[in-house]
Amino acid sequence: MDTLIPLLTIFMLAVFVGFEVITKVPPLLHTPLMSGSNAISGIAIIGAILSTASPNRLTVILGFAALVLATINVVGGFMVTNRMLSMFRKRD
Amino acid sequence: MNTVTVNLIYLVASVLFILGIRGLTHPRTAVRGNMLGASGMLLAIVATLLDNQVFGSGMSSFGLIIAGVVLGSAIGATLALKIQMTAMPEMVALLNAFGGGASALVAGAVLVGTEPTTQSTVATVASGIIGSVTFTGSFVAFDKLRGLVLPDAPVTFPGQQPLNFFLALVAVGFGVWLVADPDATAAYVAIVAVGSLLGVLLTISIGGADMPVAIALLNSYSGLAAASTGFVLSNDILIITGSLVGASGIILTRIMCKAMNRSLVNVLVGAIGSTDTKTEDADAIYEGRVKRTSAEEVAILLDTAKRVVFVPGYGLAVSQAQHQLRDLATMLESRGVEVEYAIHPVAGRMPGHMNVLLAEADVDYDKLKEMDHINPTFGQTDVSIVIGANDIVNPEARTNPSSPIAGMPILDVDKSMSVIVIKRSLSPGFAGIPNPLFAGDNTLMLFGDGKQVMLDLLAAVKENE
Repeated sequence: MDTLIPLLTIFMLAVFVGFEVITKVPPLLHTPLMSGSNAISGIAIIGAILSTASPNRLTVILGFAALVLATINVVGGFMVTNRMLSMFRKRD
Repeated sequence: MNTVTVNLIYLVASVLFILGIRGLTHPRTAVRGNMLGASGMLLAIVATLLDNQVFGSGMSSFGLIIAGVVLGSAIGATLALKIQMTAMPEMVALLNAFGGGASALVAGAVLVGTEPTTQSTVATVASGIIGSVTFTGSFVAFDKLRGLVLPDAPVTFPGQQPLNFFLALVAVGFGVWLVADPDATAAYVAIVAVGSLLGVLLTISIGGADMPVAIALLNSYSGLAAASTGFVLSNDILIITGSLVGASGIILTRIMCKAMNRSLVNVLVGAIGSTDTKTEDADAIYEGRVKRTSAEEVAILLDTAKRVVFVPGYGLAVSQAQHQLRDLATMLESRGVEVEYAIHPVAGRMPGHMNVLLAEADVDYDKLKEMDHINPTFGQTDVSIVIGANDIVNPEARTNPSSPIAGMPILDVDKSMSVIVIKRSLSPGFAGIPNPLFAGDNTLMLFGDGKQVMLDLLAAVKENE
């Protein structure tokens, strides 16, 4: 239980940072915000890599499935966000 | 690499994520922001691969990891490059599903692979519930958006809410069992099964036009699932990024609900759009008052206009008319007409949907105006052209307190000199109510498919040159 309090502290502070930063995103960019933040939430990929490296067979199977899903999420999310954002141009 | 170095790199990656999202506050810095986020992710992945636990796990494990990354990257890249801009809500729904699913799977993998503590088991329960709700809920949203199996309208049945509540209790009950006996993996399977069912039931009751709320909420869930998995692994970076995404989804959900003047609960139980349309009401409003027009007439009207505002709705996405719309706008601008676009926060099927479509058609983002910004200017607008929008321009929201959309902020197009409504028919919008705007003294209806009407208008305006 000794790690719980530091982790909860980090969680709460990150929520506040999130609120501060994200309220400033204009409605114009709300779709890229969703797909981009979604790509970031694919961070579970780290847990998936660690699990796939485990000696336990069942853990490896679950970890591998998670790894594929998380990678789709990360790669698909960042690429589609990039594709969208590069369309937002100012014409002169 | 030892744990300290890996954790330091995770810290750098977390900072990059925050800076990346901050970049999204302006279209000029947004591309770079997304790149920062992606580099943060790459850094975190490389650090994990070089972690002693992973690097020292032997060639076969390492090979499997690389195989998984290659496979996932290929699928992800194909999706990202192939998807049409009009199908972006479906894409985001899919990505949400994968993110939530991955979190629930990781929590399960850790449960069977390590000696759990109370903290990690409680977090595993949270991960399992939130992750599986996100997974199946997002697939239901995807299905509804694509129009595959489930109807666009809310699917409701008697006792649905008590049943959902009961299922949530059952999931928590299995959670308590798992915390009491962490070796009972069957309890985790049960949690995921109940969570999956709950995800389906919670989402089928949400109607098509309420999808912006559902997608934003599922986005938030996918973040919270990742944060819970962070507590399972006692891993800071998962907690930080998960809570960032959770916050983002909640903020968007709140904005969407406000833009419809409805509570989140009201949206979740599908209280709107499920009622049958009262056709007699519609006849009373429309009878003898609806004026039909032609592309030629509109071209004459546009000939003398100084300021024109386009008001896009979901129908624009359906007919894929954004490029033709842009062509018409460019032609008007070349004659010195001031052209702007009025974007309602819930126009389309996800937050910001219309902006993406118009950006794809190469419309300058400075011309895409938010509701609060453009509403005061309708009084000085000669012609407002509504394309495939309905409820978001319905003056009933302002005038009729008993209307299902009463109090919803709308675009005040009826205040402009002339209103042209491009629509297939007089059929009601998602709220299922008639729209007095269509019978307004200054309104002309131009019936037809959005794209075809735009082409006709283009030709007619060119003719007048």
